[in-house]
Amino acid sequence: MTDPRRTLVTGVIGSDTHIVGNRILSMALEKAGYKVVALGALTPATDFIKAAVETDADAILVSSLYGQGELDCRGFRDMCVEAGLDDILLYVGGNLVVGKQTWTEVEQRFLEMGFDRAAPPGARVETVLEWLAHDFATRENPPVPPLTKGGSKAGGL
Amino acid sequence: MNAALLIDFGSTYTKLRAVDLDRREVLGSGQGPSTVATDITVGMRAALLDLERRIGTLPRFKYRLASSSAAGGLRMVTVGLVRELTAEAARRAALGAGARVVATFAYRLTAGDMARIQELAPDILLLAGGTDGGNNEVIVHNAGLLGASTVVCPVIYAGNRSAADEACSQLRGKTVIVTENVMPEFNVLGIEPARAAIRKVFIDRIVHAKGMDRAQADLDAVLMPTPAAVLEGARLLADGTAGHAGLGPLLVVDPGGATTDVHSIATGEPATPGAIPQGLPEPREKRTVEGDLGMRHNAAAIVEAAGIDAIARDSGLAPERIVSLVAGMAREVGKLPETPEETALDRALARAAVALAVKRHCGTVSTVYTPTGPVVAQHGKDLTAVAAVIGTGGAVVASPDPRAILAGALADAADPASLRPRHPRLLLDRHYLLYACGLLGAVDAQAALELALKHIEPLDQESPHERARYG
Repeated sequence: MTDPRRTLVTGVIGSDTHIVGNRILSMALEKAGYKVVALGALTPATDFIKAAVETDADAILVSSLYGQGELDCRGFRDMCVEAGLDDILLYVGGNLVVGKQTWTEVEQRFLEMGFDRAAPPGARVETVLEWLAHDFATRENPPVPPLTKGGSKAGGL
Repeated sequence: MNAALLIDFGSTYTKLRAVDLDRREVLGSGQGPSTVATDITVGMRAALLDLERRIGTLPRFKYRLASSSAAGGLRMVTVGLVRELTAEAARRAALGAGARVVATFAYRLTAGDMARIQELAPDILLLAGGTDGGNNEVIVHNAGLLGASTVVCPVIYAGNRSAADEACSQLRGKTVIVTENVMPEFNVLGIEPARAAIRKVFIDRIVHAKGMDRAQADLDAVLMPTPAAVLEGARLLADGTAGHAGLGPLLVVDPGGATTDVHSIATGEPATPGAIPQGLPEPREKRTVEGDLGMRHNAAAIVEAAGIDAIARDSGLAPERIVSLVAGMAREVGKLPETPEETALDRALARAAVALAVKRHCGTVSTVYTPTGPVVAQHGKDLTAVAAVIGTGGAVVASPDPRAILAGALADAADPASLRPRHPRLLLDRHYLLYACGLLGAVDAQAALELALKHIEPLDQESPHERARYG
């Protein structure tokens, strides 16, 4: 009796208490047929990884709304690799940085940190669902030659 | 007269309590040596003779129930996946079932781990790992190693349901009991089924394996490990029965010769407004065992954990003197304090063991500063509001000042982050009845509760020192 659903871990990283958007996202993901392990607010990076190991998750979706996302997410992919989650799909989204920076710059920085996707402020749930569908499909049937995504390691592809 | 005989096959003594079920009175107690390693009936007969000497001809007992902590207790090894998640849940299940957890392993077992498990030769191995539908690779790997090993003890499988069939086929040839997952969903604790499975294996197999069924002419059943009986007694005393209210949320502390046990019966939900609980959910009935805090076998470890200066201050002895007295204790673990110096040291050690064990058992709060203001995060159980703290075991009961020892369990204004009891009643299990009530509760909960309420003594006289400290 294996659950056919994909498992996603969601949560708000660091000392961030902004839970509402993350909760809406988690509900939408669940409604779309995913099994969601929602860690909620104030979640340390290591807790995302421990939860993903125990639940054999397919993706981790990290939210950060308070402008400290870059600090909190540093080394996230490396920690996943360390925990044996080499090819887990990693998304990040929210108000990732403070100050005047273009989104392209910010996105590039998070992709370089090993995230597969970065969602800008105000990103729609539908977009995330499309990304997930596309990325999981790509993983199951990798195109030849493989799709490269903005210099990210795109874990395992 | 309806009477019951409650037996504890301990590691040093075989202890008996005879109670009058109608009058809710203790008729008397008897004691014999512990002879589980050779022939359990020898110690049992000696204890019965001792009881007869004290109370005269023994009545016909309606119930004769026993618990056991002999032969090293119920020795268990627990295995899980992530240390703070399923490995911790499995460990809590085993402790809650009254086991002595001799080792806990996380992630993939290594050759070294397997060698250690075979060397430990546990009575039961609890195998967990993965939420239902979660990781199955690691538990199947671990089952494969156990299946191929010479481990002979029963294996209780309480891991990922989706991996149960494969893991069981890896364990073919071993005795395997499959029960529900200790963590069916992420961060959901489901340890009751595993606790029940451990208890069933204890009754069905361990009692026989340890030769305790040889005493069957003298008793009806060995129901559970003694620590489980104490936890059960504490639960009954806290919750009461349909006909009689209990004491409410409470904490039991038992500083023993080798370890200090702490039991709490309380939800432990945050009392601080707005505190956010973090980490693994806490079981309402929780038992922790501090393996480094033992009044005799580990007295040196207590001194180390508390700091020799603190022990010196509390006992009024010089540090050098403490070192030499403690060294003597480890050589003669059965010795009771005789000189005033020894009594003072024992009191300080017991206070330190109680304070440290209760502090580790209780949760903590910490303030997290966020850009939107400070937030209080809580780890573990909030036991600030428990109604009672009960002391049991020789180190408290034999002390001339049990209240001072139990006061070590109380909240300390200098350490506000620790969620220890603030204003509980302090009670003393002078007649060592908690285990007996836990056993009796299985057949006559009403009598067991009333017996406990009647005989657990309040230590309500407060010393001026405490008033100043806890105001």
